[in-house]
Amino acid sequence: MNIVVLVKQVPDTYSERKLRSSDGLLDRDATDAVLDEINERAVEAALQLKEANDGSAVTVLTMGPDRATDAIRKALSMGADKAVHLTDEALAGTDAVGTAKALTTAIGTVGRVDLVIAGNEASDGRGGAMAAMVADLLGLPALTHAREISVEGSVVKVRRETDDGVTHLSAELPAVVSVSEKINEPRYPSFKGIMAAKKKPVATLSLADAGVDPAVVGLANALSTVTSASPKPPKSAGEKVTDEGDGGAKIAAFLVAQKLI
Amino acid sequence: MAEVLVLVDHLDGEIKKATYELLTAARALGEPSAVVVGAVGTAGKLAEGLTAHGAEKIYVAETDSSDFLTPEVSVLASLVEGNSPAAVLIGVSADGKEIAGRLAVRTNSAWLNDVVAVTAGCVTHSVFGGAFTAEAKARTEHPVITMRPGSVEIEAAAGAGTEETIEVPAPAGRSATVTSRKPTTGGDRPELTEASVVVSGGRGVGSAEDFHVVEGLADSLGAAVGASRAAVDSGYYPHQFQVGQTGKTVSPQLYIALGISGAIQHRAGMQTSKTIVAVNKDPEAPIFEIADFGVVGDLFMVTPQLKDEIVERDG
Repeated sequence: MNIVVLVKQVPDTYSERKLRSSDGLLDRDATDAVLDEINERAVEAALQLKEANDGSAVTVLTMGPDRATDAIRKALSMGADKAVHLTDEALAGTDAVGTAKALTTAIGTVGRVDLVIAGNEASDGRGGAMAAMVADLLGLPALTHAREISVEGSVVKVRRETDDGVTHLSAELPAVVSVSEKINEPRYPSFKGIMAAKKKPVATLSLADAGVDPAVVGLANALSTVTSASPKPPKSAGEKVTDEGDGGAKIAAFLVAQKLI
Repeated sequence: MAEVLVLVDHLDGEIKKATYELLTAARALGEPSAVVVGAVGTAGKLAEGLTAHGAEKIYVAETDSSDFLTPEVSVLASLVEGNSPAAVLIGVSADGKEIAGRLAVRTNSAWLNDVVAVTAGCVTHSVFGGAFTAEAKARTEHPVITMRPGSVEIEAAAGAGTEETIEVPAPAGRSATVTSRKPTTGGDRPELTEASVVVSGGRGVGSAEDFHVVEGLADSLGAAVGASRAAVDSGYYPHQFQVGQTGKTVSPQLYIALGISGAIQHRAGMQTSKTIVAVNKDPEAPIFEIADFGVVGDLFMVTPQLKDEIVERDG
């Protein structure tokens, strides 16, 4: 089975994230960049399927600036076999629709693909639809928010869990799956894995190398535009008291004064 | 006036509140047309509510197909191509965002996601848990706009509610098949993102068992229960209740933080709450920087006393 895992480097959610006032886009230089946690789970899911199906290969695919190689290395050190890094200055500012188109074209460079696995929602954009958008462009079934995945023969089955409930989905391969936070606990790269990752092939592709139409990507071709972005004035601290056995009563008095109870 | 498509979110013959919010918001852009996609016999139960909230037209696409979300995408795509509406409005949810993203790639439309307000030609986003406000506009016709539930005050308005039956187009590609479905049944507490009061516990709660202190206060206030990432990661409370940068964003009238230090990870999910009350042992905890009222103390001493005061007042 040939599996492609879509990964993304995102600002660390333990740091404070900012929008650039100049163009309203995410300021990626203001924060540390890490492999998005949900992607580690996607890689783990792919590795588990690989281990259960002899002769499988896992390819990691990312789109992003040069420093996204760190995210690729992390995935390779976990055990993925090879990587494709779509990187081009012309990609900066690409919107979700353009990203879906570029990723779809890049998936085409990998060869025969049975399964595409992605995280259900990146922690920066929070779009939560990239896997489904790529599936739609590929004409493939989208099995999203998977808490469990199983592949039997040519059929993939997923237990989909969202806030709205549980749905069981099934589809013939090839297909696209997105995984939820609950699917697994990703493995830590071993020392051996980290050393081996350095020798694994990484194909670095420009738009032209991958055959991505430059008219669908970049800020200038985004289908929407941010007209203004401004930080909200920070909330200021109110009253602070030390509990002297009456802390609960003091909160109650505050809530009464605010007409909240 | 231009037509605005509103995808109706419904379950067991009931219209979700978010749909009424969309029908209200749609009136700022044009004439709302409700789009009902569902099993045969669905639309009859929904027509009255949609008409009472301003739907001029109701497109009815009933199908017993078990294709997963593809019928919704195909129906909306054919209406976009045939009618060129001013916009398509969909509620933010796992399904809603997936339908919206697919519709945007299929119709080459701008997708404006997680919008909190719409006017003709402009939408407002609240980003990073309200730390930033951004305005954006579409560069294409018929933008797909997903709106965050709870951002619009519902206003009833009589619409014509003219029903029009439409065929579900044949799927463009292959689709996943739904083999079974079990919707979440609401518990006794309000939905976290919709609640007007939220009581959250953090690492300071110390254990899963002790979370009943948080729940007890929440129940005395009719509040939803939330948890910080530290509490969730420690296994004290389930992940779906996590408030913060990697969890839910809430903006209630009152947010009570118990044993939560207030790292940016958490603040990003609750800092737009109208009033914030915090209880923490550590006087230096960053949560106090944004709290309207803070108590430095042991949550296990303060919380039961607060609960008793509230119960007594209700008494």
